[in-house]
Amino acid sequence: MSVIYLLISVSIVVALIFLIAFIKAVKSGQYDDDYTPSVRMLFDDEVKKNPNKNPNKNQIQTLEEKQV
Amino acid sequence: MDIGNCFHCGNEIIKKEEIIFDEKSFCCNGCKTVYEILSQNDLTCYYDFQAAPGATPLDIQGKYDFLDNEEIVAKLLEFQEDTTHIVSLYIPHIHCSSCIWILENLQKLQSGISTSQVNFPEKKVRVTFNPEKTTLKKIVELLCSIGYEPYISLENYEQGKKLVDRSLIYKIGIAFFCFGNIMLLSFPEYFEVEEFWINQYRGFFRWLIFALSLPSFLYSASGYYVSAWKSIKSGLLNIDIPIALGIVVMFVRSTVDIVFGYGQGFFDSMTGLIFFMLLGKLFQKKTYDFLSFERDYKSYFPIAITKILSDGTETSVQVYDIEKGERLLIRNQELIPVDGILISEKASIDYSFVTGEAIAIEKKSGDKIFAGGKQMGKVIEMEVLFSVSQSYLTQLWSNDVFQKKVEIKHKTVTDKISRYFTPALLLLAIVSFLYWVFIDVTTAFNVFTAILIVACPCALALTAPFTLGNVLRIMGKRKLYLKNATVIEQLAKVDTIVFDKTGTITTNKKTSITYEGAQFTSDELKLLKNTLRGSNHPLSRRLYDFIPNQERMEQNEFQEIIGKGIFAKFGDTTIKLGSSQFLAHMSENTHKKTKVHVEINGAYKGSYIFNNQYREGLEFLFENLAKKYDLVVLSGDNDGERKILEKMLPKNSTIVFNQKPEQKLNFIKNLQKEGCNVMMVGDGLNDAGALAQSNVGISISENVNVFSPACDGILDASQFEKIGFFMQYSKNAMKTIYMSFGVSLIYNFIGLSFAVTGNLSPIVAAIIMPLSTITIVSFVTIVTNVYSRIK
Repeated sequence: MSVIYLLISVSIVVALIFLIAFIKAVKSGQYDDDYTPSVRMLFDDEVKKNPNKNPNKNQIQTLEEKQV
Repeated sequence: MDIGNCFHCGNEIIKKEEIIFDEKSFCCNGCKTVYEILSQNDLTCYYDFQAAPGATPLDIQGKYDFLDNEEIVAKLLEFQEDTTHIVSLYIPHIHCSSCIWILENLQKLQSGISTSQVNFPEKKVRVTFNPEKTTLKKIVELLCSIGYEPYISLENYEQGKKLVDRSLIYKIGIAFFCFGNIMLLSFPEYFEVEEFWINQYRGFFRWLIFALSLPSFLYSASGYYVSAWKSIKSGLLNIDIPIALGIVVMFVRSTVDIVFGYGQGFFDSMTGLIFFMLLGKLFQKKTYDFLSFERDYKSYFPIAITKILSDGTETSVQVYDIEKGERLLIRNQELIPVDGILISEKASIDYSFVTGEAIAIEKKSGDKIFAGGKQMGKVIEMEVLFSVSQSYLTQLWSNDVFQKKVEIKHKTVTDKISRYFTPALLLLAIVSFLYWVFIDVTTAFNVFTAILIVACPCALALTAPFTLGNVLRIMGKRKLYLKNATVIEQLAKVDTIVFDKTGTITTNKKTSITYEGAQFTSDELKLLKNTLRGSNHPLSRRLYDFIPNQERMEQNEFQEIIGKGIFAKFGDTTIKLGSSQFLAHMSENTHKKTKVHVEINGAYKGSYIFNNQYREGLEFLFENLAKKYDLVVLSGDNDGERKILEKMLPKNSTIVFNQKPEQKLNFIKNLQKEGCNVMMVGDGLNDAGALAQSNVGISISENVNVFSPACDGILDASQFEKIGFFMQYSKNAMKTIYMSFGVSLIYNFIGLSFAVTGNLSPIVAAIIMPLSTITIVSFVTIVTNVYSRIK
């Protein structure tokens, strides 16, 4: 049963790692704005340009186009 | 008149002015242009996220020339290096996901921009660009052209980097870490099963728990020790003293317990307590990032103004560098930054924000014009008399009222209760100690510490933050944005309400025009409208919009006499429009209303009367409020509206006109000297002093993105008639707090009964603490939500 020393210690260490990750994440400032990322996530990728438009512009393919 | 809606901005389209492009209808050329720009760059996705998300781009001819000035640009940039510049711009029109989308795709519209990121709650966009490929001025002009004009004022100019304070989040993170782990590790001992293994490892668990409690005790709770210490030093007794005492006693008692083997200690309750208290603090801290309650004149002023040099060329100069004797150029809708003399022939200046006068003032060459007014109409030239710091407006802001940062030591309700709570608690603890010391010394110590532990007013201290935090959020949803939670308590105590007139109880949007006199034939209307077309006077413009569309006609003669009226000739017919003196016509009523008289071919026809439009629901609101509050109306305008106001307000209300800003402030001061608790509702700079002086200052805003003076709360103009509801709701919030104080005291009694009889075991404490917390939190949340449904 003395293995419990090791088990508890390991679990505490793992929890500590998560705590440090939390502190680092908050420090980086990514949580200061918690609304905009939720909207940004829903934007689509680059859309394929209409071939009738200015032919000098580059053509960019989308994943959606390929899947269709 | 067909009513379609513009594809870009959603406004109604007048059929005559409709523009159709790419099979879509637009209300004006500006909207169509924005659509063109977006579709040429394949950005029409903009319209997919939200219907009609755009705004009509405004004419910005020359408005941003000051951005050519290197010095000014350097102060506005956040980051500056050879190939990378970063600037953060506040864009009031950001309001939906389409805005976020288009603003984060700016690099497609201009090659010099590398990335841009939107901060939606603050309504800011952070643009990273290469100064060698594009300039700040080009970026700002691009933003204006798609309808997202930034708002740059003197305030942005002086602001340094804002330091973000995240210490509360760190404290909560650590507190929860400790709390969660300690709870888990405490479980073996809770069940007190006398098994062999637990005896072996008991020491390990206990000391581990002790070690885990240290970060929480020393760091997370540090705020409470500091606050309690400050409170003791200043002789006041706030709620943090019993909290700090409880935490310290818990720690000491628990350490003693495990060192001498008396028990497992109360570390779990202690860390749990710290965690919940910090959560309460966080909940109360609701801020509105896109609003500012601390505005002073700097956010109203522009950064730079156009100066005319002696050789006739125009340059941009910073507002602070303006000196006496210089000549300035002021464009339409631009602010006059300094006191000076008008050089141009005439000017029409809107001082409504500064003095409260509803109609623009006509000035002619040689007249003195004061800072703070907005020029309406053509470009004017002026000569400077005083620099910015010496002008009347700045003097107004240097009034003591603003410098003091009125810290009306508002005793929050929690602090008031703690004045009785702390001494009572200590008394009880000492008495019980003395009682038990004659029976059994160890129990005496147990009881003493147990009392301090269980009575730790965790529930008491959590009541106010959670109630007020919830109320703050609910009010915010209803468009009343308060500075912080203490304003709610102050709102509940108000007994006198003072209203400003212009812009507060009146709205400038739809000044209703009524006509009195002989009816016009359609020919006469045609002549009228064509006459008005030639004049730039604000009354002419309003009248022009009021009269239905007519055919165009050429005038043979046209003459406008400033301050008097217009004279025009069409073939054989002559028309005269203007003041009663101009037409040499004396009217019976001397109401001092704004009237435009009409005379055709020498015969007096009648007059158009411009009525101030009062806000909807005003009478009803006054009726309701009069039942519980004393009402006052202070106005900077003339008393032409006295009769109307007297009808709307109850008999004993005070109505005062022609109040200068200082007079408004003094009026409120006098009311306060008489012992009244005053709330001021105002909107312009002329109310700024009064708003700061009153106990609660609420600023009404048609558009919350536009400047509003320093105040405790901002109310959206559309919710004006709900003021009664907000006042009642704040009173209900206080009732909720008192009720939940009662509930928490019940918990205290139960806990104390365990403590005084010497039966407080760790597991009992561990149950009572979270239970009381959860009860209180749910109770106040439910009750405040219920109250918010009551109209």
